[in-house]
Amino acid sequence: MADVTLARDFDPLATGGLRRKVRAKTLVYVLLTLFAAFYLIPILIVLLNSFRELPEINRTGFFAIPRSFSVQPWNEALNTFCVVGTCEGIRPFFLNSILMAVPATAISTAIGLVNGYILSMWRFRGSEWLFGFITLGVFLPAQMTLLPWAYILGNAGLTNTITGLVLIHTVQGLSFTTLFCRNYFVNIPDDLIKAARIDGAGFWRIFRRIVLPLSPPIVIVTVIWQFTGIWNDFIYGVIFSSGDKQPITSALIALTAGATSVRYHNVEAAAVLMAAVPPLLVYLFGGKYFMRGLTQGAVK
Amino acid sequence: MSSLTIHDLRKSFGAVEVLKDINLEARPGEFIALVGPSGCGKSTLLAMIAGLESVSSGEIRIDGRLVNDVAPRDRDIAMVFQSYALYPTMTVKENMAFGMESRGVPKADQEKAIARVASLLQIEPLLRRKPAQLSGGQRQRVAMGRALVRDPKLFLFDEPLSNLDAKLRVEMRTEIKKLHHRVAKTTIYVTHDQIEAMTLASRIAVMHKGVLQQFDEPQVIYERPANIFVAGFMGSPSMNFLAARTASLDGAAAVALDLPEGESVLPLPTGTKPQKAPGQPVILGIRPEHFTVAHRAQPGQTALGRLRLPVEVVEPTGSETMVVLRAGDTEITARYEPADAPKVGQTADLLVDMAKACLFDPVTEARL
Repeated sequence: MADVTLARDFDPLATGGLRRKVRAKTLVYVLLTLFAAFYLIPILIVLLNSFRELPEINRTGFFAIPRSFSVQPWNEALNTFCVVGTCEGIRPFFLNSILMAVPATAISTAIGLVNGYILSMWRFRGSEWLFGFITLGVFLPAQMTLLPWAYILGNAGLTNTITGLVLIHTVQGLSFTTLFCRNYFVNIPDDLIKAARIDGAGFWRIFRRIVLPLSPPIVIVTVIWQFTGIWNDFIYGVIFSSGDKQPITSALIALTAGATSVRYHNVEAAAVLMAAVPPLLVYLFGGKYFMRGLTQGAVK
Repeated sequence: MSSLTIHDLRKSFGAVEVLKDINLEARPGEFIALVGPSGCGKSTLLAMIAGLESVSSGEIRIDGRLVNDVAPRDRDIAMVFQSYALYPTMTVKENMAFGMESRGVPKADQEKAIARVASLLQIEPLLRRKPAQLSGGQRQRVAMGRALVRDPKLFLFDEPLSNLDAKLRVEMRTEIKKLHHRVAKTTIYVTHDQIEAMTLASRIAVMHKGVLQQFDEPQVIYERPANIFVAGFMGSPSMNFLAARTASLDGAAAVALDLPEGESVLPLPTGTKPQKAPGQPVILGIRPEHFTVAHRAQPGQTALGRLRLPVEVVEPTGSETMVVLRAGDTEITARYEPADAPKVGQTADLLVDMAKACLFDPVTEARL
């Protein structure tokens, strides 16, 4: 992994006079504020609407200053709203997503670690080719894999099951996890492995005692990547699951496509925000450990 | 029985042969240095002894047992790496315990062994630290401790001092020598530094281009090098080589040098049989310390040749002064006492101790 450099080689603000400095700084901050607003305003609007009462939204529209405040939409979204026939809010689908994303993230990361370990430290004839083939999956669009997966899930009897989705996400994720881990592990000096072999350690002991303890930074990266990718996946969920087996992303669509023509904008807004919480938490916590792992410079 | 026997060992990577017919043996307790320039195959040879590289053909025996196809862990060896290869996430103590842990040594015995080695190397205060918290010299000690703690049949060192600064390197060299005296284990030590090899080894194996050039005691290697490569590689500043031809002086064997200043004929020690007919080309090798200032000649010394050469560069080092002289189109380095050193532009009047000079065949490069 790259070193974190705190000192800058060149400070562009230090080259001009005071006026220039002020002008440049102002420009930078104005631009940054614009970009931040660009990303944050939609979220803010959704957040505000999730606390408004429905009649008010219908009266003044989605883009308006809130005049009412209620936590009812959140309660409804979580507990009582009717989605595809059941009236338990988005809770069951939230649970489905957890049951799908957690095992799929854990298994694909674990296999990626072992793959990366073998492909970087126990190279064999053709291992570079094998690595190349595995990473080809990184460039494969999900749409291309839909038919093969339909075939496999059908034959394995896993159609419309969460296990089926776990299988898909685990396999689809392996290209990335293997790529990440292998590229991290090639930076571990070969001498460490040689020393461990002379010390009498075998394949798994070297992995467990030497390689894994060096891995937290890459495990965090891989987990963040996999968890957010799997949680936010829409295409596999909407195609290979239906009814009460859907993950939250496809359930959110079902939420808007209810039998009635009435749109519950406030409940939808609350549900969307709830669905976005887990990846956000992973970033918040993982990001912290990720930086810590990087700055410790564990490898050398 | 020897601790290590290497017989007709070869190694090739594809079509490239990196080791050719290596024959070596180490007696129990011996300190063998494998020395040579980078790319000579010495590290490959060490890796093969360790079992980290496979054997293309030939035999490696440790304590008489053929180990060609024995895994590194079952060879009963310990190795110190150039990079130290300390496990970064383990403390010093865990680093030292790892090999015993892998072999299922009981905890109590591990503790005892670590305590013994830690006191031997004086690293007790470091046991709880991680490698990143140690200085270069401390890491070096810990790396040796990790090797010592298992009491193996064979110690392998792969350029262990080359990552240290010059001063520390000299200190650790002495430490290694003391340590070897105390534990008296057979040691194979790879280095590209001929001074390390000279000071540490009981015998030196000089390697070049995958071929073992000479395997002998340090003094023999220094005084009677097998060929021009060994002569030039061992010793610093290195031996001077001059194109010469065989001649005779007052009926005795001699060599003649053709210099711009005229021909110089240098007598060979009495008893030297002329190996070639007069007028044959030879290469004369003279070490810098085998020159004497003419007026300091010891009475009674024989086989002294005399050379008068212009001085080009004077390099004082404090304890001695190296003087570069011009001999035709080659440069010669001579060692002077600082007080006797000439000045640039002067002509140096030197006596050559021909008894210590070497003659080489210009074609085969072997010593005559």
